Amino acid sequence: MDLATFLIQCLNAVQYGLLLFLVASGLTLIFGIMGVINLAHGSFYMIGAYMAYALAPWVENWLGGGFFVTLAVGIVLSVLLGYLLEWLFFSYLYEREHLQQVLMTYGLILVFEELRSLLVGDDVHGVQAPDVLSGSIPLSDVMSYPVYRLFISAVCILLAIAMWFVITRTRLGMRVRAGASNREMVRAMGIDIRLLYRAVFAIGMALAALAGMIAAPVSSVYPGMGGQVLIICFVVVVIGGIGSIRGALVAALLVGVVDTFGKVLFPQAAGLLVYLLMAAVLLWKPEGLFKVG
Amino acid sequence: MNSPTTATSPAPLGAATLRAAPLLLALLLLAVFPAFGAKFYVDLAVKIMILAIFALSLELLVGQTGLVSFGHAAFFGIAAYVAALLTPKSEAASLWIVLPAAVGAAAAYALAVGALSLRTRGVYFIMITLAFAQMAYYVFHDTPIGGGSDGIYLYFRPDASIAGLRPFDLDAGHTFYYAVLACLVGTFGVLAIMLRSRYGHALAGIRVNEQRMRAAGFPTYAYKLGAFVLAAAFAGLAGFLHALKDGYVNPEILSWHQSGAVLLMVILGGIGSLRGAILGAFAFTMLQELFQWQAIFGSFAKHWQLMLGLTIIGFVAAMPRGLIGLADRLARRH
Repeated sequence: MDLATFLIQCLNAVQYGLLLFLVASGLTLIFGIMGVINLAHGSFYMIGAYMAYALAPWVENWLGGGFFVTLAVGIVLSVLLGYLLEWLFFSYLYEREHLQQVLMTYGLILVFEELRSLLVGDDVHGVQAPDVLSGSIPLSDVMSYPVYRLFISAVCILLAIAMWFVITRTRLGMRVRAGASNREMVRAMGIDIRLLYRAVFAIGMALAALAGMIAAPVSSVYPGMGGQVLIICFVVVVIGGIGSIRGALVAALLVGVVDTFGKVLFPQAAGLLVYLLMAAVLLWKPEGLFKVG
Repeated sequence: MNSPTTATSPAPLGAATLRAAPLLLALLLLAVFPAFGAKFYVDLAVKIMILAIFALSLELLVGQTGLVSFGHAAFFGIAAYVAALLTPKSEAASLWIVLPAAVGAAAAYALAVGALSLRTRGVYFIMITLAFAQMAYYVFHDTPIGGGSDGIYLYFRPDASIAGLRPFDLDAGHTFYYAVLACLVGTFGVLAIMLRSRYGHALAGIRVNEQRMRAAGFPTYAYKLGAFVLAAAFAGLAGFLHALKDGYVNPEILSWHQSGAVLLMVILGGIGSLRGAILGAFAFTMLQELFQWQAIFGSFAKHWQLMLGLTIIGFVAAMPRGLIGLADRLARRH
């Protein structure tokens, strides 16, 4: 492997890892704060990707078009959808056992997949990257790196910083942290915990949907994309330690590196390596790298 | 997860016969069913019985021992693959070699997986069992040993000949149906007896309070590992029968969807009771068949998963204790 290839793979690994982090952070927030195992989180990613595909013609017609306008519309829609879902389904799950959460969110996966099939069909679709970002940066005589992938990484890094800021430096973040460590006490202090949960859920959903939207031009949109991401994100969350955002970031990058370089170095065993990593980490630290609480 | 179970509590004799009545009735119905049912329905019954064995094996872990495994399909799939791989292309293999090999392979993988994953608990246990199942999935999906993602065919059901005698022929008439029924009854019987034994009570104790069981001198790790391996062996039996039923195996039977489906059956039926697992397998398969029925749903039958998903959601909202909980509630009302 020469230097340019190695560099490209490194960038790919980081980009994939950061994208995973975006999805996994919502998953780990929802689990850490509300205690809900949300199998439908991968569906949110899928919904985002399909929004990037399906909303584009509408946005073109009504708002004059553009990838970034589509992104904005998609984010607003996903926040609303997250709010609605929390109100309709998830608010009933907080007091239930984990197994029932697994069961209901599994049901939601089936519903989302079929609705997707009814509304958009079962074909694979490509999504056009915006013209501004469609170029690539030459790294050597024959190899270059697409700007769009750098854009993905940049968005993820910005969001990670924003998330860190909100959680550690703002009043909302303080309440979120308090809600995670002692739900009853927060309620007793007069904070509307239902609204807090609803907000956290909507944000988690929007993060996953945004990840799907910005990933769509690279990965294209296809049936079953949610399930794949879901399982990998669970691996990330578990390696990082459930409920830990920092853990999710470290674990996502780790998974990104192992998966990307695994595909180059051991193509036969590529699928296996990530799970091997998870098994190894859990045997070393049975509660993940960054245990919370 | 820690709900008390009624299945292991001793009942007076009259109540015991009353409780056994629906089971005996079901057994009787299943025994005479091939004489009346059309081929399609007999095949469906075979499918349900195989899934019932699979669900029973998981119930031992989830309901009785309190270990939620999200990778149970691995053992089902490994046994199915071993059955297919050991059968030559042109003739049948001996049942007395293939069956122990298939079940043994599943149990051996479970010994390794269990020894490692039982170090963790709770959600981490759920996820690490999933990880090991995904590893097995990718071994069959990405490498050519089992035909890759296309899967492999099993052209001949194993031959039951032993020492010159041929007690039964799995290809003849309804023999396979009755063989599956016998396996189901056997699985149920072994588990029911085991749960009434000292070992079964110890497992229930571990589910409720593992610390206390350990303090009382029980080797809880070894007990849990034993349950894990035993459950995998029964899942392997189900997988073996599945391979024989279809004559075809592909990696999807090891996928997390399959692990999720069997977990659903157990939860659907009602956790904490063996008959709940059977009921769950029956209800889950029948719901699948119903929603795929074109006569009722027309072209919408293609989207049967939508109905299944909505049913599951409604079910969680309305029946937190599963079908068996509903049956108990109705019985108490009278």
